[in-house]
Amino acid sequence: MSGFKVLQPGLLTLIQDAGRIGQHRIGLTTGGPLDSNAFAWANRLLGNDANATALEISIGGLVMEAQCDTYIVLTGAAMPLKINGTEQEGWCAHKVQAGDRIDVGFSSAGARAYLAISGGFTVAKSFTSTATVTREGIGGLSGEKLQQGDILPAEPATDQQVYRLPEAFRPDYTAAVSLRVITGYQQDAFSDVQKRLFFSSEYKVTDRADRMGYRLEGPQITPSIDGILSEGICHGAIQVPADGQPIVLLNDRQTIGGYPKIGSMIAMDTARLTQLLPGSAVSFEEISIDAAHNLRCLEQARFARTEPEAL
Amino acid sequence: MSQTDNQTPRVEIAGENALILYFGEKTDPAVSAKVQQAVDALETALADVLIDMVPSYASLLVIFNPLACDHLEVRRRIRTALSDQAAGEASEGRLVSLPAYYSTESGPDLEDLATRANLSVEEVIKIHSEMEYRVYAIGFAPGFAYLGEVDERIAAPRLSTPRQKVPRGAVAIADRQTAVYPAVSPGGWNLIGLCPTRMFNPEATPSMPVQVGDRIRFEPIERDEFLSLGGELS
Repeated sequence: MSGFKVLQPGLLTLIQDAGRIGQHRIGLTTGGPLDSNAFAWANRLLGNDANATALEISIGGLVMEAQCDTYIVLTGAAMPLKINGTEQEGWCAHKVQAGDRIDVGFSSAGARAYLAISGGFTVAKSFTSTATVTREGIGGLSGEKLQQGDILPAEPATDQQVYRLPEAFRPDYTAAVSLRVITGYQQDAFSDVQKRLFFSSEYKVTDRADRMGYRLEGPQITPSIDGILSEGICHGAIQVPADGQPIVLLNDRQTIGGYPKIGSMIAMDTARLTQLLPGSAVSFEEISIDAAHNLRCLEQARFARTEPEAL
Repeated sequence: MSQTDNQTPRVEIAGENALILYFGEKTDPAVSAKVQQAVDALETALADVLIDMVPSYASLLVIFNPLACDHLEVRRRIRTALSDQAAGEASEGRLVSLPAYYSTESGPDLEDLATRANLSVEEVIKIHSEMEYRVYAIGFAPGFAYLGEVDERIAAPRLSTPRQKVPRGAVAIADRQTAVYPAVSPGGWNLIGLCPTRMFNPEATPSMPVQVGDRIRFEPIERDEFLSLGGELS
């Protein structure tokens, strides 16, 4: 079997496609890339299908050996990429040959990078998707993060058109972040004073921030109710447990839960949030669902018309 | 007859691509039946824009593709689909029997629960296995089905210190809910027995023996039968 051999798995490297959908009714969550924008670019720069399977590398430290000729690209957080010891540009496709050593170092800005290959890793789907959710033991090679010695299956690719995204179009992961939130769910359980406090205060990302949810720390928000009858939780929902510290629920969230929720963050901004390391400051901004739809459509149009450079 | 005749749920915004429908405020088989009817109706009515749905006790989360349809149109389509629906009989749900080996060996909390309830162990088993339960929701972990409602006499609060490791198949009670743990996991429910049926098996089709809306009965079995059905005692 050809593919890539994992020499060092890094802190947390996961096989991900765009996510698992249609499986909430048996209790399976979505999984998929935390930063859907950087993931989408990784596949696009190789001319891949938008749902092609790539790697999500958190913090860094991945070393692999190519066992076939193909192209690779690294997008997202600023992790230094080396091929056979020579530093290479991120957001730019590179040819690799069987026997090449690929080193992804530790990030200097941002927390998640995406490594894609031509055609995607040819991992078998589980419940319609290759997305790894370790809490469920579902997806990837065995439901786990990458391990030393894993072989990631891939088909060789040669002589294909690949691309580079010009620097001007790349996101700046060091910019201040105002996260847009649609009030909804149990918003009525939060008084105007509590809502104003939430939307006017600065919060910090804590070290309890993972693919399930990002716990934030700041002024305590007090809902008028302790809990609710368990109900479905959507991506980006912000729940406020008894300690008054908000948790933004992400790709690996439980599908149902009983804490009151003040609203939900839009996916464009959960992508930004999950690029932040513990200690980073964030603030929130309230937007309407109509504004959120407009932003989503604009983002989609911008992505479609941004032309990467052909190499 | 009151608002239970009214098929139209309260619709709230959940997120940029999600609406949540509330059919009631509490655990109630009639409300749960309406949730299930809505799942069936919306699966067809929203097929071209639907990403996923999460039915629960009294609500239904509807996740849609916002690039295919805006929330106003989704709302309109939900209203139409649910008002077209005959306000007729709710589906009874399938009756699924789950074998359960109740004992102090397989249920480490059985004796404590009986003592606190002022009942004998045999009475607790009888009460738990005589009731027919409804699958109200599935979540927490793949295949974890929330069953209700447990007879008040054997309802028991969650343990103050959750266990690090609850075995697969553990039959458990928390407040007026009961469940079978689909996999080894941490958990704070009171363990009263073991069920040899796999509640979640990724290799099987379907991967779960039950779905939301089904009715469940526990059949008490002896140790030998439990083992011959593939049950494991740690």
